[in-house]
Amino acid sequence: MKTTARERLAPMTYTLLFVALIFTMALCICVGSVRISLHDTATAIWCAVFGLEIPQNIAKNIILNVRLPRVLCVTLSGASLSLCGAAMQGLLRNPLADGSTMGVSSGAALGAVIAMATGLTLPGFPYGGIMMAAMLSAFFSLFLILTLAYTLDRSLETSSIILIGVIYTMFISSIISLVITFASDHTRSLNFWTLGSFSGTGYDQVKLLLLTLIVCSAVIMRYAPELNAFAISEENARHIGVNVKRAKLVLLITVSVLIGVCVSISGTVSFVGLVMPHIARMLVGPNHKRLLPASLFSGAIFLLLCDLTARTLLSPIELPIGVVTSIIGAIAFVIIFYRTRKGR
Amino acid sequence: MLEARNIQISFGEKRIVDGISFSLQEGQWLMLAGPNGAGKSTLIEAIAQGVSYQGQFLFEGKDVRQWKSTTLAQRIGILSQKNAVAYAYTVDEVVSLGRYAHRGNILSGGDAGGAEMVEKALEMTGMKSLRHQNMLTLSGGEMQRAFLAQVFAQDPRILILDEPANHLDLRYQQEIFSLIQEWLRVPGRAVLSVVHDLSLARKYGTHAILMHEGKCVSSGRIRDVMTREHLQQVYDMDVYAWMQDMLSQWT
Repeated sequence: MKTTARERLAPMTYTLLFVALIFTMALCICVGSVRISLHDTATAIWCAVFGLEIPQNIAKNIILNVRLPRVLCVTLSGASLSLCGAAMQGLLRNPLADGSTMGVSSGAALGAVIAMATGLTLPGFPYGGIMMAAMLSAFFSLFLILTLAYTLDRSLETSSIILIGVIYTMFISSIISLVITFASDHTRSLNFWTLGSFSGTGYDQVKLLLLTLIVCSAVIMRYAPELNAFAISEENARHIGVNVKRAKLVLLITVSVLIGVCVSISGTVSFVGLVMPHIARMLVGPNHKRLLPASLFSGAIFLLLCDLTARTLLSPIELPIGVVTSIIGAIAFVIIFYRTRKGR
Repeated sequence: MLEARNIQISFGEKRIVDGISFSLQEGQWLMLAGPNGAGKSTLIEAIAQGVSYQGQFLFEGKDVRQWKSTTLAQRIGILSQKNAVAYAYTVDEVVSLGRYAHRGNILSGGDAGGAEMVEKALEMTGMKSLRHQNMLTLSGGEMQRAFLAQVFAQDPRILILDEPANHLDLRYQQEIFSLIQEWLRVPGRAVLSVVHDLSLARKYGTHAILMHEGKCVSSGRIRDVMTREHLQQVYDMDVYAWMQDMLSQWT
């Protein structure tokens, strides 16, 4: 079988994306209210990893306890959200599918807000209550939206899913506002949290995100051939031998878990999962074997740059990251969608 | 090879397929004919397990619901009526997906003859020169041929085709039907297809089922089914003369 140009260029594209990711991570650690040199950053991380003593003149507390965990959290969240978007866009054969447009992120946010407002916890696991509530609520939302869309037209039509997702998101937003109103003690933190923020994230969240991303991305990438078949049509997937029900269920649960964990840590961060798979598709094509890894990298880079903007644009005031991703993402999406449609 | 026993399909209160039974044997090309809304495509979607139904489809004596989806896809290839893609896949990528059921795993050595089957399928359908082309830029006929190549790449024993000549001009209609006829010559194979063009059904089919409002009006050898009386009953007009006229053009 002959290889296409995109297949041949894929390793080079991944290498470039990897280099860009490392560069962006380094930039995000160095730039902030206190400027830190690249040399100091590299030295502090090197010494910390290999258990060496860090020189006194290096701001190790800022590098290792403030910026590095935050940058890792942002990287893992961006990669996760973008991966989920790519998987959903393939599974539902819908270029507009994403956790935020389909109401899954809002659903997860509702679960997390209720857990925070009521003080729901799991014994021995500080974030357990919020995380579990966000995951269950994300899955329930996705299930509800797809059921409603299927009942409407029996074919999971693109426009039906998006329409129901938008209505569901509006409905959930009003419920969240209601919960926040009654939970007046937590109003400020809840409000900030629903707009998204990575402020104050630590290594506990990094470990949780890393573990979830490793497991969920392994599952999603294992289903790359099935996603290719679904991206053509569900009917085609069934005809070539895909166990449609099992594949759909596994992928929807995996996506819900990943979005639920992300939302429980950073709140609602829109547009990453919607826009970045389109950028990745432009780079490596629609084949999910190449698209999923490219989405991981591009999502991480995009969210890192958005977080950097949120931290530094109006410093010392920090903008909610959801606001930055929405502004940049919406503009980028309009341009991409317009160009894609025009190019057909 | 494939047997349908008293198939009944309903959407809500409406009965779409009502008690259809047939048997498809090796070497046969069974044509499903009838006017729009007769339930032909729904019947095909039921074989693919895309809609729920009452009754039984037996493949090699075993209910198709009991077959593993990949094992069944290795034996039955289905080409649906509506084929479209949402993303810029190449023809090669779409055709290669036909090998999904054969790919196995690392332990089983993967899909040894896969690349060869894809080449053959592209060759058979005349899509080799377009293999790297974006599917979104293909014409309706080229798209149909790409999906037909996917079904050929699947290397099934039974081909089930829902209007295979859909979107094709007269030349390609004849080419595709001749291609399928050639494919059928290999022992152990059979074809079931939905057709609207009765002259094509008459020319290439060996057997037929004439459906009307979900019911079987007539079934058996093509000559016995495509009679003036049966067609008049189903189409409520004299399509027999038109069919004969078209048939003379094909031949």
